[in-house]
Amino acid sequence: MSVDPEAILKRLQEALPGAAIVLRTNPSPSGQHSLLVAGANLIEICRFLRDTPDLAFDFLSNVTGVDWPDPAKADKAAVPAAGEGTPASEGFLEVLYHLYSISRRVGPLVLRARTQDRGDNAKIPSVVSVFRSAEFQEREIFDLYGVEFTGHPDLRRILMWDEYVDHPMRKDYVAPDDYEYEPTPHAAVLDQAQRHYPGTP
Amino acid sequence: MAIDSKLAEDLKSQGVHVTSFESLINWGRSSSLWPLQFGLACCAIEMIAATMAKYDMARFGAEVFRPSPRQADLMIVAGTVTKKMAPQVVRLYNQMAEPKYVIAMGACAISGGPFKEGYNVLKGIDRFIPVDVVIPGCPPRPEALLEGLLTLRAKIAKEKLLGKHRARHADPDGTAAYPVPEFGAHDLEPTANRDIWNPPSVVREAEGGEA
Repeated sequence: MSVDPEAILKRLQEALPGAAIVLRTNPSPSGQHSLLVAGANLIEICRFLRDTPDLAFDFLSNVTGVDWPDPAKADKAAVPAAGEGTPASEGFLEVLYHLYSISRRVGPLVLRARTQDRGDNAKIPSVVSVFRSAEFQEREIFDLYGVEFTGHPDLRRILMWDEYVDHPMRKDYVAPDDYEYEPTPHAAVLDQAQRHYPGTP
Repeated sequence: MAIDSKLAEDLKSQGVHVTSFESLINWGRSSSLWPLQFGLACCAIEMIAATMAKYDMARFGAEVFRPSPRQADLMIVAGTVTKKMAPQVVRLYNQMAEPKYVIAMGACAISGGPFKEGYNVLKGIDRFIPVDVVIPGCPPRPEALLEGLLTLRAKIAKEKLLGKHRARHADPDGTAAYPVPEFGAHDLEPTANRDIWNPPSVVREAEGGEA
């Protein structure tokens, strides 16, 4: 059963009047609407959703990230970033949370939170204190996107090695050039071949 | 050195088996290959199936999977070697005692396979350790692994213990250990062991035919 994000938004606004929450509708047939929330309110929103008996979103199924290097391509909603103030112009990272209620058999409720930028302020509060299942998922996003989850108990890389410095899932990531021979390169591999062997057609 | 084959046949009919020390050693080695027990991805499932009753790798003397590299002769690299796992695989290889052999099983172990364009997958284990037999497939069927094992047995049977073309393990100057790559900031360092692996050099002709 799917959730009604509008009703939940209303409940959240009644319970947490200070929190910045925007409903983002998804026009696709799947209609997976989401709630864009400010990072500063994320933990209290999660706790409210989990602990309110008739909502009972007791299961954080999935946490994932999105890189928005060009904010013009992101949606035009008033972007509640992690901290105070207006969103930065140079792009940001977004983290998505898929919440389910196992006891009520509904879901997913999609929460989205955005960082202020993609650099030093790429921070979002960790929800591990509410959903323990977020621990490894947040480590993965820290590893692959470079979002720093403040308050995370053990924020280390989980897939790549500790000495690694890149964030491979970011749009501007450039993989190391370990190109070798391909018998019939085409498309992206042909570009790679030409970069690797300059001057060849 | 070589025995007249007719004489050998005659002796055999009388119950006397004549052979060379070399072929006796090689026969023993090829008939009891003990693989190192480790798997890296879905190819390992096929490897496990090959050891079980239906395919029964024990028929070829290679069923004794050893949990320690010190006791193993054969490393079956069964699956995707990620860059994070590659140093451990090389270290395990270094810890195996000579003579030792490597089978690269499946597309990933050979070249990175479907993950070749990825940032996290080693593009072939032959970049760091010498591979004796490659088995294509994604994953190869158990029969293919058995075929690879028989190919390796045939290769061992032809090994020379003396002379110029002797096997690596019979050569006092041969190396048993290869450098273990370090974790770098962007990739493994080095990305390949250039002493044993080099990409084919590509000479492309310009369009229009002038080389």
